[in-house]
Amino acid sequence: MLEGPVSVFFYLFSSMMIASAIMVVISRIPVHSVLFLILTFLSAAILFLLAGAEFLAMILLLVYVGAVAVLFLFVVMMLDVNISHLKRTALQLQCHWFAFLIGVIVLIEMISVFISSHFCRPSVILFPMPDMALRSNTQALGDFLYTDYVFYFQVSGLILLLAMIGAIVLTLRHRIGPRRQVIARQVARTPETAIEVKKVESNKGI
Amino acid sequence: MQVGIVHYLIVAAILFAVGLFGIFLNRKNVIIILMSIELILLAVNLNFVAFSSLFHDLTGQLFALFVLTVAAAETAIGLAILLVFYRNRNSIAVEDVNTMKG
Repeated sequence: MLEGPVSVFFYLFSSMMIASAIMVVISRIPVHSVLFLILTFLSAAILFLLAGAEFLAMILLLVYVGAVAVLFLFVVMMLDVNISHLKRTALQLQCHWFAFLIGVIVLIEMISVFISSHFCRPSVILFPMPDMALRSNTQALGDFLYTDYVFYFQVSGLILLLAMIGAIVLTLRHRIGPRRQVIARQVARTPETAIEVKKVESNKGI
Repeated sequence: MQVGIVHYLIVAAILFAVGLFGIFLNRKNVIIILMSIELILLAVNLNFVAFSSLFHDLTGQLFALFVLTVAAAETAIGLAILLVFYRNRNSIAVEDVNTMKG
């Protein structure tokens, strides 16, 4: 897919992506993890760009670096987790080697599958990628997304709406303390319910 | 030097393995587990884009777009659940998620 000096960029950014992904996992401080996650997504966007997926690369930058990573940062800072407590307990990890073993086994399995199998060309190309000089990647994606895949597009919009409503419902809380203005009650008040007239005898007080 | 589909797949596989490693490794912080899930989904997206580029077929990129959407929704809901959990238990350690005695 890539030839010549362009492949240097592939090696550079893929090694950067993997290194920062490892740092995401092993970093003790959550804020550092989030910042390394941003670096991972940045390098992944460049890898997308090298593979010819311009629109997805930009979307990755916008959605992940712009929204999701900031959401993570926001939550990390809001939670105010005690870092010294995390540091102390992170030293006594028991499943450290178990995790490493599982990761390595899955990696070896996947790589052996790639190497043992060859990828033949498909008989049917559903949506051919147009020549970049004739039609940009974004235009071509839009053509297919809004025509053949419009149902899936709408469903993904519904999923996002559902996620938004769900997140708001989960995190909304009614505080007991503060008194709020209830306009309906104010309007419904009449002099009969609001005022009480008392006959005060002289020299007694109420 | 030539970079082919296998290079992309191996990079994605390493990223996937790192994400999996993170999920199993981390017992103290649920946020790191959410980030590991993000890494795994990114690896899947990388595979989709690589195959899309190999076959000159846009379906892979369309599918990667939908995976991205679902991942964003999942992150939002996950962080909201995390926030509610932190309010109730004042901790985000995985070991403290034991209210149901499972």
